[in-house]
Amino acid sequence: MDVFLQTLVAGVLIGGIYSLIGIGMSLIMGVMGIINLAHGQLMMVAMYITFVLSHYLHLDPYFSLLVAMPSLFLLGMFLQKYLLNPLIKVDSILPENQVLMTVGIGMVLAEIARFIFSSDYKTVQTPYSSSAFFIGGISFNLAMSIAFLFAVAFTIALFWFLLKTDLGRCIRATAQDKDAATLMGVNSSRITIITFGIGSALVAAAGTLLIPIYYLFPDIGGPFTLKAFVITILGGLGSTVGAIFGGILLGIAESMGATYIGMGYREMVGFVIFILVLIFLPGGLKRLTKI
Amino acid sequence: MKKQKLYWVLLGIFFLTFPFLVKSDYYQHLMIITLMWVVIGSSWNLLAGYTGQVSFGHAIFFGVGAYTAGIFVTKLEMSAWWGMMFGGITAMLIALFVGWVCFRLRGPYFALATLAGGEIFRLIAVNWEGLTDGMVGILIIQDFRSKVPYYYIALALAAVCIWVIHVIMKRKWGYYFVSIREDQDAAASMGINTTLYKNISLLVSAFFTGMAGAFYMNYMGFIDPDVVFSLHFISIMAILVGIVGGVATIWGPAVGAFIMVGLQETFRSSFFGLAPKWVSQGHALVFGLLVIFVILFLANGVVGDWKKIKRNVFRMRESH
Repeated sequence: MDVFLQTLVAGVLIGGIYSLIGIGMSLIMGVMGIINLAHGQLMMVAMYITFVLSHYLHLDPYFSLLVAMPSLFLLGMFLQKYLLNPLIKVDSILPENQVLMTVGIGMVLAEIARFIFSSDYKTVQTPYSSSAFFIGGISFNLAMSIAFLFAVAFTIALFWFLLKTDLGRCIRATAQDKDAATLMGVNSSRITIITFGIGSALVAAAGTLLIPIYYLFPDIGGPFTLKAFVITILGGLGSTVGAIFGGILLGIAESMGATYIGMGYREMVGFVIFILVLIFLPGGLKRLTKI
Repeated sequence: MKKQKLYWVLLGIFFLTFPFLVKSDYYQHLMIITLMWVVIGSSWNLLAGYTGQVSFGHAIFFGVGAYTAGIFVTKLEMSAWWGMMFGGITAMLIALFVGWVCFRLRGPYFALATLAGGEIFRLIAVNWEGLTDGMVGILIIQDFRSKVPYYYIALALAAVCIWVIHVIMKRKWGYYFVSIREDQDAAASMGINTTLYKNISLLVSAFFTGMAGAFYMNYMGFIDPDVVFSLHFISIMAILVGIVGGVATIWGPAVGAFIMVGLQETFRSSFFGLAPKWVSQGHALVFGLLVIFVILFLANGVVGDWKKIKRNVFRMRESH
């Protein structure tokens, strides 16, 4: 029973970060209707920013949230404005060229990182990386717990933003019906740019929070892009609430898989869930709630 | 018209006599790899370009074909050439399952589902050591020392693949495929069983890709999961071959294969040893930049946008 609870706790904690990744992806998917295949690579960029700050300037990883998030916000806006939005005007047989474009962006980001930092694995050691506290015999990794709290705080802030501010309402309107929103006076191309920025900033937060407990190399983006995709399928396409539960569920499933099946299959658990959801619950968790 | 026919005949003679014209093993090898990519690119094009179902997971079929051939040697102790026959068929069986799951999704979601499928098969190949020998990979002894027999096999495979796709696209199936790409709902309301025809397109595509995989096993003699199920160097490469050459054109992927393999080799060998060594590390970066460039400026590929290229680059027609 202890093993089970311990696995559950570890899963929920990592699931918080997964949710943050998934929400960014869902937000972009909801507003633009495309899947951002460079999502994990954007996280990788944020992780390298944090790595540089802590390695050369000895800044605390949590402090570098203040640098990584705005930088990725700007990078995301740049990508959307100059690479993705112009594609709407390009006449092409394949409708998926925006998705292909994000693949290209992801490859370029990963290769630039490889040029600068080489393919070596990097880690950032912090005093709290390996320390833990205990509640009733269950150990909570300190860095993971802090990351989880941050993830919850960011999620709440995002929902406040989406529900209570004008800009947030514009984003939700564009996600619901782009043409109607445009007719109501929403500048939808500006909204897509801002949304991509916010999505990138959220995934940057996830990357920075992962740094104390994870390692870093240029190809780390790919697996996380796939995770984000599994989360959004699990939560229901374009649903931010679904992404929260999807992320936590994926975290739990992965850590259960690692404990009870074997470490080699940890990565596979997500994909198995993905196929099962597609076969038995197309539409994801969103379908269950009817919201 | 007559002049055009002459060009085709000359081209045919060139390909048939290539191994006698060029004796260098290195260039023969490049040609064989290019012809293999012609097969993969053309079959990707049938599914993505003509039927509109953009697959990010053609490595599934390539890898399954390659592993079929390899397992014939390691587990059944038969010739890997049996794998050429069964590689395509196994890939088709796998494609049935992939289609059953992935065709529940449309457009970009289908693309992503196939991408995840590729990763699943890679992980299976890594972890199912009893069948695939995991990360150790499969090593076999090639049957021929000379590259000439392989060249003709690859040439025949490429020719048959292009011919079959050409025939399919002239028939009723071809029109069904294009109508699904243009508007799936309209196609369905016209009475076309869209799921059935998407699956047919996928099966043909998987068959040839599986054959190419089995050929790769026979020719290279070594495979491991990271080579044949690679996302970047098989699945994405297949897409690049298709879009650089031109989607939904018969000869586009063939042209694309020559461009892409040529480019890849140029960078991998640092411009054939002329440029400094670090250039060879940049070939993946060039791939990425090429994707961005092609999508922004050459959305229909070299063959599809040939008129545009002629107009803008060579300033033909207008100067007169």
